Amino acid sequence: MSSKFLQIFGFAVAIIAIQIFTQITDSAFHLTQLTMTAYYSLLVIGLCMLIGYAGQISLGHAGFFAIGGYISAFLTTHNLTAMKGKPFIALCSKFGLLVGRKDLYGGDLLVFHPWAACIIAVCTVLIVAYVIGGPVLKLKGHYLAMATLGFGIIIYRIVLGTSGLGAADGISGVPGFTLLPGVTISGSGSGKILNYYVAWGILITGMTLLLNLISSRVGRALSAIHGAEDAAEAMGIPTANYKLKVFVLSAGFAAVAGILLTHYNGSIGPSEASVMKSVRYVAIVAIGGMTSIWGAVSMSLILNYFSLRGSFGTYDDAVFGVILILIMLFAPDGLIRAQVLVDLKSFFKRITSKEAAL
Amino acid sequence: MELLLQYIVAGVTYGTIYAIVAIGFNIIYNTTGIINFAQGEFVMLGGMTAFTLKEYMPLPLAILSAVVITMIFGALIEIVFIRWLHKPSVLRMIIITIGLSILIRETALHIWGEGVTALPYFTGTSVTSVNLGGVFISPQVFWAVGISSIMVILLGIFFNFTLLGKQMRACSANREAARLCGISTQNMVTFSFMLSAAIGALGGCIVSPITYVQYDSGSQLAIKGFTVAILGGLGNSTAAVAAAMILGILESFSIWALPAAYKDVVSIAIMLIILFVKPSGLFGNAAAARLKEY
Repeated sequence: MSSKFLQIFGFAVAIIAIQIFTQITDSAFHLTQLTMTAYYSLLVIGLCMLIGYAGQISLGHAGFFAIGGYISAFLTTHNLTAMKGKPFIALCSKFGLLVGRKDLYGGDLLVFHPWAACIIAVCTVLIVAYVIGGPVLKLKGHYLAMATLGFGIIIYRIVLGTSGLGAADGISGVPGFTLLPGVTISGSGSGKILNYYVAWGILITGMTLLLNLISSRVGRALSAIHGAEDAAEAMGIPTANYKLKVFVLSAGFAAVAGILLTHYNGSIGPSEASVMKSVRYVAIVAIGGMTSIWGAVSMSLILNYFSLRGSFGTYDDAVFGVILILIMLFAPDGLIRAQVLVDLKSFFKRITSKEAAL
Repeated sequence: MELLLQYIVAGVTYGTIYAIVAIGFNIIYNTTGIINFAQGEFVMLGGMTAFTLKEYMPLPLAILSAVVITMIFGALIEIVFIRWLHKPSVLRMIIITIGLSILIRETALHIWGEGVTALPYFTGTSVTSVNLGGVFISPQVFWAVGISSIMVILLGIFFNFTLLGKQMRACSANREAARLCGISTQNMVTFSFMLSAAIGALGGCIVSPITYVQYDSGSQLAIKGFTVAILGGLGNSTAAVAAAMILGILESFSIWALPAAYKDVVSIAIMLIILFVKPSGLFGNAAAARLKEY
């Protein structure tokens, strides 16, 4: 218990140290990418829970991310002024779900409040995940991979082909999201440091939640499912139920990540729903060692940050492809784990003993 | 009525390419139990290589060379990435082949750029057409359907009447037993990769004049090919051809009811429904399916 607390505390200290470092070296512009990285990491830890602990692959998590982001973006930008008279809209207005504001040209805008939009988006994603999760999680291996991949592609095609969602351009002009009075998630220059802490704070909260879940009864049941599903079933673990719950939970993490990042960027485009994004998230989880939230977060921090900074240039996707292959070929249990050190030690020992024999 | 037939012809054209990809899937699946997510990339490579080679040699020779090059490439992939893995888990194989497909696609992007390429029509040009009772059919459609049919027949002969084909089937039926009989199962896996790479590449060359090929055509074809393979029952190539025609025609008619942008949504939704309802495929055997794990 205390070691977990210490780890999280150490992580929080590192986050603060990074911010102070950028302040001292006058490179606060890095914070933008670091904030985005935190939101992507939120999705990654959810996926890590699903792949690493429940042992179910998903190649469609970018789809959940996009559903969350798109619904939130659509509701907070779609002008309802013309539909003011409709009973449903009037009802929403009565409950305070709507807010009026002025657009760029001074025209009246009547849109959903970000909180209302956020809740609608999260609920939609949870329902979608629950509905498709039932039949999808009955599948195994290739079939599971293909079914989730298919789901991802369907979402991608829908957002790309629907003109109401901006088609290839996506939705832009998404307003900031005022979480609490004075705390607004938006990309504006003034709130950069605040946003950095909000993003990482949310991520740490999410991690704490998952780490607690893992070391609970549920977590042990999940690792039993991962180890041997039939055996777990025989021990009285409701495997299907647990798998579905983790699937819905990880979809929820993806949705929250999508919503917050959309408000932070002020826009969302169809590329967020692309298959390549989903594969990228799986890659990060794989490199982090599948069954390690810490591994996933640290790899997500490094890879997403460099990718967002554009360090990989036009080879961005290729870099992820190469990493994916190398890891799966040579270290299928991931890089971040103690076994790697042991392997390396024995490797060097073998070399040195060979040299000694010569 | 003529419009209806026209849609069917369009559907059959697309169905042909789906069938080719699905057969490629099935060949590798049968010998290894792996779904090769990079199967679509073979099709793309075939089309692109032939397009580059045709600058230097006549078209038939360029296509032949492209098929051989892709075949060697398929063998290399198997030897470098898959051959030496000891009993890899399904999850590992899925991720490796996905990684390969990304890598091939990105390499193609850097070699050929983002542009769309198309081989010239084998006979005639893009505007020539044959009038069959009021339906206009491009001669390339005949080429596509003809060559694919011949390919399916040749594959049937190969698997049923040649020693190598029989060895590959033995390998898929029972790997251990095949090894005991002195069949090098590892070589059979390499052969299956070569064969499906060659089939994919030939498919890419045939449809290139009609559908065009670009660096990222592969992944879309892969998912359609998989849909068809599932629809027919994984591993069953004859059923895959029938399923491909069904999917091609359904897709072609979906344009009537839905915007063309949703064409892929239709076929993938069909795949999901099949996976949920009858994972053994339309023509699959329910009793045999019960013994398999999905």
